[in-house]
Amino acid sequence: MSIIIPPDLLAKIHAHGEQAFPDEGAGFLFGSGDEDRQVSAVYELPNAREDEARHNRYLITPQDYLKGELEAERLGLDVIGVFHSHPNSPNHASEYDRDWAQPFFSYVITSVYDAKAVESRCWRLSEDRSQFLEENIA
Amino acid sequence: MTTIRIPTPLRAYTGGQIEVSVAGPTVAEAITELTTRHPSIKPHILQEDGELRPFVNLFKGEENIKDLQGLKTAIAEGDKLLLIPSIAGG
Repeated sequence: MSIIIPPDLLAKIHAHGEQAFPDEGAGFLFGSGDEDRQVSAVYELPNAREDEARHNRYLITPQDYLKGELEAERLGLDVIGVFHSHPNSPNHASEYDRDWAQPFFSYVITSVYDAKAVESRCWRLSEDRSQFLEENIA
Repeated sequence: MTTIRIPTPLRAYTGGQIEVSVAGPTVAEAITELTTRHPSIKPHILQEDGELRPFVNLFKGEENIKDLQGLKTAIAEGDKLLLIPSIAGG
């Protein structure tokens, strides 16, 4: 179980997390594959949570979800996951992340300390929803 | 017939189908037909009490059924239902 994220796209994910700091930034991963995946584009989205919660929560509206899915289709790709940042926090998936996680999606989490992206890790929900399994970023 | 658009993360449970055609005068019956034909999708969209899971949105056209009559919302020939997951985390 691995996910290939080309360096320029990982750089875009990190830049989005830095721009959103001290709030969480989020967006979609467009690509293809199943067990092993390839990210071909990233799609940055606004964090729709209210101001006071954006430092540790993110939300993508249903309207933005649909817009993203249609844009992926237009590019001949699928939405294969979500990326978001953890400002001044480790890049582990939280219980809250697991509660809200969708099956199938890859969840890339970037730790951003003092407006500087440090590292990304990727997680996928187990089929029984009991845990996140780490996906190797290649 | 009404079509239900299936979001990417749930397409594995509909054999890869992006849209599923269903009948039924209400959203509830349309969802029942979907989950009868594709049982493995059920736990991902419905709670044990038959209500939609909190992180699943169902739109009839551009309107969330929560703002209509919920699962009792009537549907007509040609209506399009959109299953849209809530994407959130922390």
